[in-house]
Amino acid sequence: MSEIITEKKELIVVENLKKYFPIKSGLFKKTVKYVRAVENISFTIKEGETLGIVGESGCGKSTTGRTLLRLLEKTEGEVYFDGKPVFDLPKDELRKLRTDMQMVFQDPYSSLNPRMTVGEIVGEALSEHGIARGQENVEMVKDIIEKCGLAPYHIRRYPHEFSGGQRQRIGIARALALKPKFVVCDEPVSALDVSIQSQVLNLLMDLQQEMGLTYLFISHDLSVVKHISDRIGVMYLGSMVELAPKDELYDNPLHPYTQALLSAIPLPDPRNRRKRIILKGDIPSPSNPPSGCRFHTRCPYVMDQCKVEVPEFREAKPEHFVSCHLIK
Amino acid sequence: MSNAKTLQKQTLEKTSQPAKKKRSPWVTVWMSLKKNKSAMFGLIIILILIFCALTADFIAPYGFDDQDLMARFQTPNSKHWFGTDNFGRDILSRVIYGSRISLQVGFIAVGISMFTGGALGAIAGYYGGKMDNVIMRFMDILLAIPGILLAISIVAALGPGLQNVMIAVGIGSIPSYARIVRASVLSIRDQEFIEAAKAVGANDFRIITKHIIPNSMAPIIVQATLGVAGAILSAAGLSFIGLGIQPPTPEWGAMLSTGRQFLRDHWHIATFPGLAIMITIFALNLLGDGLRDALDPRLKS
Repeated sequence: MSEIITEKKELIVVENLKKYFPIKSGLFKKTVKYVRAVENISFTIKEGETLGIVGESGCGKSTTGRTLLRLLEKTEGEVYFDGKPVFDLPKDELRKLRTDMQMVFQDPYSSLNPRMTVGEIVGEALSEHGIARGQENVEMVKDIIEKCGLAPYHIRRYPHEFSGGQRQRIGIARALALKPKFVVCDEPVSALDVSIQSQVLNLLMDLQQEMGLTYLFISHDLSVVKHISDRIGVMYLGSMVELAPKDELYDNPLHPYTQALLSAIPLPDPRNRRKRIILKGDIPSPSNPPSGCRFHTRCPYVMDQCKVEVPEFREAKPEHFVSCHLIK
Repeated sequence: MSNAKTLQKQTLEKTSQPAKKKRSPWVTVWMSLKKNKSAMFGLIIILILIFCALTADFIAPYGFDDQDLMARFQTPNSKHWFGTDNFGRDILSRVIYGSRISLQVGFIAVGISMFTGGALGAIAGYYGGKMDNVIMRFMDILLAIPGILLAISIVAALGPGLQNVMIAVGIGSIPSYARIVRASVLSIRDQEFIEAAKAVGANDFRIITKHIIPNSMAPIIVQATLGVAGAILSAAGLSFIGLGIQPPTPEWGAMLSTGRQFLRDHWHIATFPGLAIMITIFALNLLGDGLRDALDPRLKS
């Protein structure tokens, strides 16, 4: 599997992406501070691959996904999609590019317009880009929702008539209607209960095979990410601390944060206890991140160097990137 | 035999399915509105009023300016069902003719304020930032001037007349619509389906008209149905000081204010135009509530 992947070209290249949100206050709305949601992230996603991103809430996973698609404007850095710089494209070319990159949202309740039928929701993209109108549009929508596990007659129904899992399938159908190459899945299963989660995950994997999709899969659930991803990136407070193929990451985590995170996965066997690494303290505020390595306030192996110097994100082993002063 | 018939019925139903699918959204709204009895009641009253306004020349027993000074201040009787006023004019006829002006003023003034206010509020709420500030501060300026004073100055500038009254009354209530629409746009703007529409590549116009406005209809409809009453009364206020509809043209609000001076001795002069306004507003409220529910697919049974 990995051999095939390495031969494939890189569909997404992210270089030193930064996204800051201004905090404004005072009478004239002066920018007093920035929330550094995403700080200097670089990674690549190869065609047909699934890159998982994990991290705790508020670490910038979703912001990364949204900025990649230019739903948010970047602060610095660049994203290349199939060689094209996403942030330098003029409006009409960006619109064309939108057919190639789509998003599945986290909340299946707020992500569907309650006043549109399923047919309108899924077909909107097709008519908006002039791909299909009228009867042709209806046929294409039926086709895609059937692929996503819904029945053709569902197109006349409204979102409130569906369960959470079905709604998420509608969201997936909407994302796939344009036959994109790249889909950002922003915690697509975290709002669903566990039995439905696996159905939706398997659907996503089947569709990936069938349509040759590339995924950026964002989640805070480590077992879900392990199930679906080829490679996994771990984020902490806006930066990526480790990036490796999934088996390498789970068997041989190098960064202390990844080690702590992995030790928190519950084991199904109660006798087989693992030693938990409990991190001390809370996650610092992204508007006032710690100096040097952002993890140094909670790291069990902290050294003097960590407090001053930002560790470089480098390849410690082939394909295994980590940013930590401990790793030479 | 009967089996064959049911089979035929079934196939008929099957073939009629695609036709059902093409049903436009307005037809479905109409279907669910039809089920709502009070809304239909309201609609019928509105239709009757519109019918009266259109056919006033035929159904009014007297002309609106036929004076009979021998028959002043008559209480309702068989000849004058609603009685007569201080010039001996038949009040029923004047109420019927008055529906022309009053309905026009009510609907058009509300239409003006709803569309301009709604558009401004939607733009302010959707784009935010400087645009929001500029528009809403301008609305604050309008709000700072008392509504009737604003209407008076606009009519004084444009000159009296029905058209100018409608414009003046309409402009006066733009800020309240702008604020309502802005508030609901703000609550909808950050929902994920708006972001999904952006990801699809929909432009701002489409996002506002297809995704945001339909979801912020409910408070606008309620405000508009109440606004018609306000508009009729504001127009009456302008007529009262001689800037609105010129006598002897009948107008409910103006009739109400002339009736006011005789209220102590002749109750009927002010009562009937007042009742006409009340019934109109009541019917509009019923219709508005029904429309709000019919436009919400979540409430469909």
